Amino acid sequence: MIAHSLPGTLLNTQPNIQAPDDFYQELVDMHRDLSAQQSALVNAKLILLLANHVGDPVILREAMRAARQDIEPDQSDGTRG
Amino acid sequence: MKTYLNPIYSCAAPIELSGPPHHWPVVVAGAGPVGLCAAIDLAQRGIDVIVLDEDNTVSVGSRAICWAKRTLEIFDRLGCGDCIVGKGVEWNVGRVFFRDEQIYQFDLLPEAGHRRPAFINLQQYWVEQILVERCLGLPQTELRWHNKVVGVTPRSDHVAIRVVAPEGEYTILADWLIVADGARSPVRGMLGLESEGQAFRDRFLIADVLMHSDFPTERWFWFDPPFHRHQSALLHRQADNVWRVDFQLGPDADPEEEKKPEKIMPRLRAMLGDNTEFEIEWASVYTFQCRRMRSFRHGRALFVGDAAHLVSPFGARGANSGIQDVDNLIWKLELVMAGQAPESLLDSYATERAFAADENIRHSTRSTDFITPKSEASRAFRDATLLLAKHHAFARRLVNSGRLSLPTTLEASVLSTQDRAGEAFASVVPLGGAAVDAPVEGPRGVWLLSYLDGGFTLLVFDNSVPADAVEVLANDANSCNVVQVGGKSVAGASRVEDSERLVAARYDGKPGTCYLFRPDQHLCARWRSFDLQSLRGAIARATGQAYVEAMEAA
Repeated sequence: MIAHSLPGTLLNTQPNIQAPDDFYQELVDMHRDLSAQQSALVNAKLILLLANHVGDPVILREAMRAARQDIEPDQSDGTRG
Repeated sequence: MKTYLNPIYSCAAPIELSGPPHHWPVVVAGAGPVGLCAAIDLAQRGIDVIVLDEDNTVSVGSRAICWAKRTLEIFDRLGCGDCIVGKGVEWNVGRVFFRDEQIYQFDLLPEAGHRRPAFINLQQYWVEQILVERCLGLPQTELRWHNKVVGVTPRSDHVAIRVVAPEGEYTILADWLIVADGARSPVRGMLGLESEGQAFRDRFLIADVLMHSDFPTERWFWFDPPFHRHQSALLHRQADNVWRVDFQLGPDADPEEEKKPEKIMPRLRAMLGDNTEFEIEWASVYTFQCRRMRSFRHGRALFVGDAAHLVSPFGARGANSGIQDVDNLIWKLELVMAGQAPESLLDSYATERAFAADENIRHSTRSTDFITPKSEASRAFRDATLLLAKHHAFARRLVNSGRLSLPTTLEASVLSTQDRAGEAFASVVPLGGAAVDAPVEGPRGVWLLSYLDGGFTLLVFDNSVPADAVEVLANDANSCNVVQVGGKSVAGASRVEDSERLVAARYDGKPGTCYLFRPDQHLCARWRSFDLQSLRGAIARATGQAYVEAMEAA
């Protein structure tokens, strides 16, 4: 059983990828020859595919919270409102 | 318009102009579909009602077109279901397209055994005309056209309403005022009240087009179609070969420019093809808002429909929810007026329908955010969902072109009695939910809902309620009809045959199972065996007695 990062959470943030360097390279390679906008679309598709695989809303919420960690709201963003 | 000529209504001079202010039990401000339904429901309960409207005709142009199953069932109770359904076109299937491919299809009523379909489409003016005709057949209603409300003074035991009629100005006194005067609600403004929420920036072109076409009677929704790139579009059939077309125009479109026929025609031509003959019946450019009042009750003023809450059009939740407001309100008002329920019962109208409004606003806001993404990230997820939906079933569930109106389940209503410990029901109707139809055979027709007709009704499986209890319930102040499904006939109860075994299937019915429905056909209590005291307690609770007890205890 793999130890989880925080007591009481379900999201596994301990090492779980067999060959991390291989995975990382594939992730970056997936975006080769794409514009920034196309990359954003591919990332969004990847998130949706993985989110559906996970399914559990508690884990998904914890992942979203972990993703937002350390990212401050952008005050210059005039499009929000 | 070619297919519809607006009727011009007239009325006699108000009697107030030839005498002192007259006192009426109920006045309805606004003769739209919601106000007219309120008047019909009141009149059917024997209550005199005046309807005031500043215009002298029905809706000019179509506006609302989709009437949901639950609304049709309410129309049935109001005596105009057949007329409206007969004039409308039925549909159950929706298709969603992304660019030039279909990515998703849904059937809103995939099972048989219901009197009404998931939806009919019918132009709002037709619905209003049929409701007006129904009102004219009810002597308790008086429709006053060209009678404009210009002032409202709330008092503790009545409301004084100042009205301008063609023949002069007068004051009318009402025990209760039902405010059904629409999104801008002048009466709400006169009372200094607000509806709070969010306005959306995107503009939409809405056009009703007359054409003879073999498109099926389905809801077709396009994201980014070849004929209208980077925006969405909707095509929907109505009666008389009129088709509703809706084009998203974006936030920067000029509404005056977009309304011009020379601007609209090329858009329609691109959508409908060069070989289709069509004419524009009516067109409008709109933006929309999602907002609601904090409370739908202010003393003796009761707000219903768009005056109380507003949603975007995606999901057909505007007029449909307004008619469900009326369905919820009128039986309570009747009991309060008759002294059979405390006035606080009307507060349950405000809380139950505010809960429903929040549900509708939540759905409609989510649809709007999907259809008109507000940020780059939101657009990326939207487009990602649509691309995935072509290949993967999971993504089709995320596509949101409007979650179409379903009746609100009044979860946690104070009027509901919780299930007895240890009793479980595998029923399609949850506690607080609206009754679900099923075919039956019996003295009042072949549909179950016809037997839940405006009062409290106990639906019981088998002959499980003794005749003396049936009699007691019929003679109680807040009486209750007993409808038994199968079993030996019990004196005083209506008996239906579960001809296709669908009542038992849908309600998890076993001998002894009892369902108590409120006059608006919502389920407020259920048991696995009959007990007179429990039933009377549940009716007391559903008529607001529990409110009073809780207040007194506090």
